[in-house]
Amino acid sequence: MPKLNMVQAINLALKEEMQRDKNVLLLGEDVGKDGGVFRVSEGLLEQFGPERIIDTPLAESGIVGAAIGMAVYGLRPVAEIQFMGFIYPALDQIFSHASRIRSRSRGRFTCPLVVRAPYGAGIKAPELHSESTEALFCHMPGIKVVVPSSPYNAKGLLLSSIRDPDPVIFLESTRLYRSIKEEVPEGEYSIPLGKARIVQEGKDVTLIAWGSMLQRALKAAEGIDADIIDLITLSPFDEEAIFKSVKKTGRVVIIHEAPKTCGFGAELSATIAEDAMLYLKAPIIRITGFDAVMPFSKLEDYYMPTAERIKKGIQEVMKY
Amino acid sequence: MVRFERTINMPEKILESFNVKHLSILDEKGDTDESLMPSLSDTDIKMMYELLVLSRTFDHQALNLQREGRIGSYAPILGQEASQIGSAFALEKTDWIFPSFREIGVYITMGYPLHMLFQYWSGDERGVKTPEELNIFPVCVPVGTQVPHAAGAAMAIKYKNKRKAVAAYFGDGGTSEGDFHEGMNMAGVFKLPVVFICQNNHWAISVPREKQTASKTIAQKAFAYGFEGIQVDGNDIFAVYKATKDALDKAKKGEGPTLIECFTYRMSDHTTSDDASRYRFKEELEAWKPKDPILRLRLFMEKKGLWTGQYQKEVEGRAKEAVDEAVKKEEAIEHPEPKDMFTFTFEKLTQRQTKQIRDFQ
Ligand SMILES: Cc1ncc(C[n+]2csc(CCOP(=O)(O)OP(=O)(O)O)c2C)c(N)n1
Ligand SMILES: [Mg+2]
Repeated sequence: MPKLNMVQAINLALKEEMQRDKNVLLLGEDVGKDGGVFRVSEGLLEQFGPERIIDTPLAESGIVGAAIGMAVYGLRPVAEIQFMGFIYPALDQIFSHASRIRSRSRGRFTCPLVVRAPYGAGIKAPELHSESTEALFCHMPGIKVVVPSSPYNAKGLLLSSIRDPDPVIFLESTRLYRSIKEEVPEGEYSIPLGKARIVQEGKDVTLIAWGSMLQRALKAAEGIDADIIDLITLSPFDEEAIFKSVKKTGRVVIIHEAPKTCGFGAELSATIAEDAMLYLKAPIIRITGFDAVMPFSKLEDYYMPTAERIKKGIQEVMKY
Repeated sequence: MVRFERTINMPEKILESFNVKHLSILDEKGDTDESLMPSLSDTDIKMMYELLVLSRTFDHQALNLQREGRIGSYAPILGQEASQIGSAFALEKTDWIFPSFREIGVYITMGYPLHMLFQYWSGDERGVKTPEELNIFPVCVPVGTQVPHAAGAAMAIKYKNKRKAVAAYFGDGGTSEGDFHEGMNMAGVFKLPVVFICQNNHWAISVPREKQTASKTIAQKAFAYGFEGIQVDGNDIFAVYKATKDALDKAKKGEGPTLIECFTYRMSDHTTSDDASRYRFKEELEAWKPKDPILRLRLFMEKKGLWTGQYQKEVEGRAKEAVDEAVKKEEAIEHPEPKDMFTFTFEKLTQRQTKQIRDFQ
């Protein structure tokens, strides 16, 4: 089986899905001739032509708005936003339309749309190229939020996201794009949305992470008997998997790279406190990015949760 | 009953029509149309030339530093120097400027400290703090979003009754964003003292100009918003200067906005992270080489007796010295402290930030 990095795995998913279903097409800035600024769509223009691999004008609201029009008509568009920090012009389309078309037409129209965007820090990119604002989308009912943490998962999850009947925001960690290689099978397999993945089983503490933070959680947990949950789908998230683990360990550390305040960790922490409080042996701890504007590259490493900071968090809950 | 038959004739009327003008003054051989020449002293012309050379030297050095890993990803201006220096030369320090991210030549012309520009591109945000005496905004990364700011600042100028104007810079790609259109429309509706300067360098990363808009020119977009647009040869510093100066004078007289399309070419990759050979032909690049903005001014100056080999050596020497000095100065600055990331979130730190800063100690 070929070993692929995440860029190649996503490319393969797009290719196979476009071969399987003529209604799938890709649109975005520089996705065609250039193959995307991260080369995710490399070779697809040659294979599928400019009617299905569409280099659009530089207009995010237009890209997502047009993709919504295609989706309601019955196509299965995949819209690429070049970096998550540039998705904001499209928020009106995502929040006011994609998320509620099913609801405001009482199911007459639906919006099976995928918006892919590279996210997160760690590649020393310029301002607004390192954002991790997934919580914004989780707050909005009607939008699914998926964050793969490895090449194998990325492919299976992208297939599920494209086939999903509702709009999905699909976030790809720029730091993971080329940093891990993994066996990725060709052909059909999909990974269900809404289900967490238990990466490692243990009994002392539950670590919850997603995307690029999973690697750091794994590193921090070396030598610790930890349950490690890769949440994968943030919205709707797998409450049951979390409760099951918390009931076993009684200790929780949540890790994300977004700022702490109103980050998705807050939702997880509140949910655990509401429904599994009596199983807790220690306060829930969040190891996150700081409540600061994402700094330029010179301070990037200080901003991101490190394995050391996560380890400290683990030690903290282990005191109880 | 009598039926009256009458032929009704309703020819379509032309309600509005417009002509898009193109201005050029200085050709590739260094000859000018004297009737169009703006009033510039020999000293002015030499200053323009020296700024062109300084900007190109900076650009070149930035690329070297990026290759050596001493600064981060960088957006070069090679080929666009006349569009930037020519327009900025017409601005006064009291005017307000909202640039995009490829305007090193504008910053340099306005007198922004060179070492701070290197600081910015090396990922140190202390480089974005504009000196008090200038009103140039920091680099704007989200494409096109600065355009409405320019309209708003122009509204403030109008409200305060000041004789100043605003310049907004953006690329051909930027004209596809909604914010561009909203800002332009506001400027037209409120007849604002603003000059919109589009550097049409023919590419937005890999997307060529003709795939960005079906309009024949970018200049013509202004007419839809009720004001004038003009295309100028963006590699002709006199044309760019004249168009900008006229537009600024008009703005300051209360006669409203102007869109200037500088017709130029991005001679390098989009940024140091890009490889333009993937999507554009070398022939196109080659065809633009003889149109070089600096070469053209040099030929003009030579004919006027303002340029000699000796002068060139001096100008290059001074530019190199200034750039090397700036690099040295930047590299001597101590690394920012981690807690700096919090300092300017609000005027005062929040309770939570104060706690979070302890993580660094
Ligand atoms: C809102 C937004 N979308 C996408 C990007 C990524 N991006 C950076 S520059 C660029 C192309 C800009 O083209 P143009 O406006 O012509 O300016 P040029 O690069 O040619 O100077 C793109 C797509 C961005 N910075 N902001
Ligand atoms: Mg351009």
